[in-house]
Amino acid sequence: MRDRPQPGPLRALAILLGAVVMSTSAATPGPRLGAPIDAESLSSWAISIAPDGRGLPDGSGTVEQGRAVYQAQCLACHGEQGRGGPHDALAGVDDKLVKRTVGNYWPCATTLFDYIRRAMPLTNPQSLHPDQVYAVVAWILHLNGLLPEDASLDAHKLATLKMPNRDQFYSDYGPPACGP
Amino acid sequence: MDTPGEVAGNGLLERRTLMSGGIRWLAVLAAAGSTQAAGSPLAVPAWTLQPGTDMRGYGQPSPHESGIARSVVGRGGTGASRTPLESLDGTLTPSGLHFERHHNGVPAIDPAAHKLVIHGLVARPLIFSMEDLLRYPRVSRIHFLECSGNSAACFAPEPLPLTAGELHGLVSASEWTGIPLSILLDEAGVDQEARWLVAEGADAAALTRSVPLPIAQGEAMLALYQNGERLRPENGYPLRLFLPGIEGSANIKWLRRLEVTRLPGMARDETSKYTDLGPDGRSRMFSLAMGVKSVITTPSGKQQIPAPGYVQISGVAWSGAGRIQRVEVSADGGQSWADAELQSPVLARALTRFRMPWRWDGRPCVLQSRATDEQGNIQPSRQAFLASHGYRHVYHYNAIQSWAVAADGAVSNTYA
Repeated sequence: MRDRPQPGPLRALAILLGAVVMSTSAATPGPRLGAPIDAESLSSWAISIAPDGRGLPDGSGTVEQGRAVYQAQCLACHGEQGRGGPHDALAGVDDKLVKRTVGNYWPCATTLFDYIRRAMPLTNPQSLHPDQVYAVVAWILHLNGLLPEDASLDAHKLATLKMPNRDQFYSDYGPPACGP
Repeated sequence: MDTPGEVAGNGLLERRTLMSGGIRWLAVLAAAGSTQAAGSPLAVPAWTLQPGTDMRGYGQPSPHESGIARSVVGRGGTGASRTPLESLDGTLTPSGLHFERHHNGVPAIDPAAHKLVIHGLVARPLIFSMEDLLRYPRVSRIHFLECSGNSAACFAPEPLPLTAGELHGLVSASEWTGIPLSILLDEAGVDQEARWLVAEGADAAALTRSVPLPIAQGEAMLALYQNGERLRPENGYPLRLFLPGIEGSANIKWLRRLEVTRLPGMARDETSKYTDLGPDGRSRMFSLAMGVKSVITTPSGKQQIPAPGYVQISGVAWSGAGRIQRVEVSADGGQSWADAELQSPVLARALTRFRMPWRWDGRPCVLQSRATDEQGNIQPSRQAFLASHGYRHVYHYNAIQSWAVAADGAVSNTYA
């Protein structure tokens, strides 16, 4: 996991000072029953991927490998070529956005990795190896015309891929902080 | 308003009618609407002539009420079940009838093995057991919870023949008791760069939502109790995030992880879902606050008004922006309106019960309610809502509900 930059000396000092201030503050009424936990212990749970790619693991997968993962793990719910089955369509043209697919709707490519790793396949979540996740994400992006057939996908490529519908998203808190 | 006691068109009555001189009115209406059964009306019933049943450890509704249940839509544990609003009165939802929305079933969590972690941009990443959390200070608050997909059936081009609960039952209200989240965030020590809190559940969807820190540090709570007892499994046992007035899916159930971050997670359920597609093709993210809304629950869809005469119109109103200030009712399809009585206390971000006496003359008509909150937000007409939000919005439908009353007393969903 290259999930966060090493703290520089100034940042480390700031954290230290912050800790000193907090520990001597009389304003906090809590009973302080939480136990400290380190990054190593957190790693099995801390699997969120930030929209800037932070948290993406090492590894890679190809479109071709992803096709095999898809056939075995995803096809029954999402249909041939991701056109939808009992569950959501992942690809296919729909200008009216009745079917909101990865290609016509999703703002951030990082969301695919985050979601598939944590919640898919439906009956066996968190069972895919990171390389399998990269591969199946590559296949889904390919189905949407966003990666060529011979492509391979890794953390850098995924974090810098711009989704076609990204700029149609807005919020009170700014635009999507993802892509190039 | 040509009849004494009327406050708006088509028989809406002065609210005080039944409490003062209007008692005479009630007597007249009752005499007109009821007939005494033949034979002896006062036979001593069997349940008076023998001892009743034993006590039991956990009470259940009368078997005569066994038909009162959530309406379930979906496969297995993925989907939603809706509160039967039309069968309830008052302002609180029985825990067993609180709506459900799950993304991959209800996890069977052993509280002895459940943990909560707080990490990310904090001075001290922390892990808590449930035993630890149960020692923290708690507060109790009465609030509604509403799925932002509630009432989405009203986007259908033709009105669907459904009940109030089937249309609008992804809203419920409870007394929630839990730990102010700010206490735990203070203990972890939130970094100055931090802007968001990413919350994750322990269910098989590991459902993840991001919340701006000011909301998390405000009235947010880690709920442990619902209506006086520990959370029901389908409402997040043993621990859920509760964010008053904020769309349901951000109130992460089965909460196990809180990550303090600089950026929102852009999780699947805040990007590809739970975003609002407008008529211009642009989509709004993080539309978290629930709008002002009301619905008449009696008489409502698929119910039957037994006979012309006195009817008490009743319903619920709520707003994510604060207290309900006013609910108006119309019995003539919106041509005239009168203020309904609000059941006190009127609480912020809770269900408010409203009631309005009505004399139905037996002719077809359309009933509506329109809520206004203390911020001055007014519930829009369906036409106005669709004009500004479009038909593809999916979420945050809060327009006025219209119920058509037919000459035979049958009530049905209609678009007025």
